[in-house]
Amino acid sequence: MSEGPIISGRDLRVQYGDREILHGISFDVQPRETIVILGGSGSGKSTLLRTMVGLERPTAGSVWVHGTNLAEASPAELDEVRRKIGLSFQGGALIGSMTVGENVALPLREHTKLEESTIEVMVRIKLQQVGLIKFQHFMPSQLSGGMKKRAALARAMAMDPEILFCDEPSAGLDPIIAAGIDHLILNLKQALAVTIVVVTHELASAFLIADRIIVLDGGHIVAMGPTEELKQSTHPRVQQFLNRVADTEGKDDVDHLQLFTDRI
Amino acid sequence: MEPLAGIGGTVERGLAYVGGLAQLLGRAFVHAFRSPLKRSLSLQRACHQAMMIGVAAVPVISFITFFIGVIMALQGAYELKRFGAIHLVADTVAISITRELGPLVTAIVVIGRSGSAFAAEIGTMKVTEELDALETMALHPIGFLVTPKLLAMIIMMPCLTIWADLMGVIGGSIFGVIGADYTFRTYFIATRDALFMRDIITGLVKSIVFGLVITGVGCQEGFATGAGSEEVGRSTTSAVVTSIFLVVFVDLVFTAIFYVTGGA
Repeated sequence: MSEGPIISGRDLRVQYGDREILHGISFDVQPRETIVILGGSGSGKSTLLRTMVGLERPTAGSVWVHGTNLAEASPAELDEVRRKIGLSFQGGALIGSMTVGENVALPLREHTKLEESTIEVMVRIKLQQVGLIKFQHFMPSQLSGGMKKRAALARAMAMDPEILFCDEPSAGLDPIIAAGIDHLILNLKQALAVTIVVVTHELASAFLIADRIIVLDGGHIVAMGPTEELKQSTHPRVQQFLNRVADTEGKDDVDHLQLFTDRI
Repeated sequence: MEPLAGIGGTVERGLAYVGGLAQLLGRAFVHAFRSPLKRSLSLQRACHQAMMIGVAAVPVISFITFFIGVIMALQGAYELKRFGAIHLVADTVAISITRELGPLVTAIVVIGRSGSAFAAEIGTMKVTEELDALETMALHPIGFLVTPKLLAMIIMMPCLTIWADLMGVIGGSIFGVIGADYTFRTYFIATRDALFMRDIITGLVKSIVFGLVITGVGCQEGFATGAGSEEVGRSTTSAVVTSIFLVVFVDLVFTAIFYVTGGA
């Protein structure tokens, strides 16, 4: 781990309009580690993921990926970083007008000068890894939710990225399919020397695949560390999250009043 | 002062919209001349688009312009008969179709078929995060989606317009033969003698500009789609209404220019 972090956030702030989502967070991701960003709905975990792949620009602070500060990167620099990463979207985001195979082949066709026969072989290898070899010629609309997520993983891995980002890989799936996706990520982790960043709210999934976990709450990092360390955390929000305890509607009288007056 | 401010605001928004269109089309042109690899892939996609925009539109455009040719002949003959000039019906149809109705009707059919489809396709891709997926694969949505449509439209609009002109003239000839003592041969000779090359050229120049407007508006409305599937419907409606308005406005401007410069 002496080569330094592959992703690094420093006092990272992101806002949509007047609403700040991430309130100055700092973190490091080391090469070849699997890090899980855990948090409830509205905690800012998806915004953090989008910022790490350059889909959102930080309003302050910096986010370094592969030595490039995405907050100040030119479009060409951003493209350079993006060629080294893969992102698997929550809903798959497969191009609906292309078959599964064409989706996986897309980055290879666009960014490499490989022969069509070589691309075909690479597509089949990637689909084999995610167990979709028989579905190469299917359209995305013909796939189930779990298959779409696996196809999205295959596409994200098409260019052999150094960092693989996964947005809610097992959300919305039945426990068996979700466990299958978790094992797929574990297999990829073992087979490829790749850094994996997973955003999820699924506790079981997080503890199974993570080397380290970052817990986000309300746009702040409330805990960060190896999985065992996190289980011992005494932070009330971490405990609440781990023990699945519901929030009260308003934290205090002022919050409660705001629910009715709609004033901030 | 308030109505004036309202007019000022509307004009400002209109100019900003047209500026946005120019910027979008300019970027799409730039992408067309990037790397040789991208150029060849873009041409492949442009051929596919050309089939959708052009070839698939031939039947409906043929029927509509054929009927309009018959209608123009009937309407023209009604007035010309009063002056004993029914033999000029071929000239009337030829000039009105090639200068005005051929390009305009073609544009309106293409708006209904393709302009709306562009907005729906790109809008749906935005809602399902496919545009984000393209960006994270270092593929520019404008180069990937707009450039092929633009290239296809620039080629296919003049082709469709020439075809529409021909079908309109054939439609007029049916009345000419049945109701105005022409034979097909004499009708087409009269048409040829009535037309100058500039009549056809002005129609074709307009058709190319209509193509730019339809592509620009359809794609811009698609990219402006908000969250949710009902936004796709709004974008599609807006693309059709705005395109028809701008096409008619551009038609007015070009006709005025041709008139002033002696071309109309």
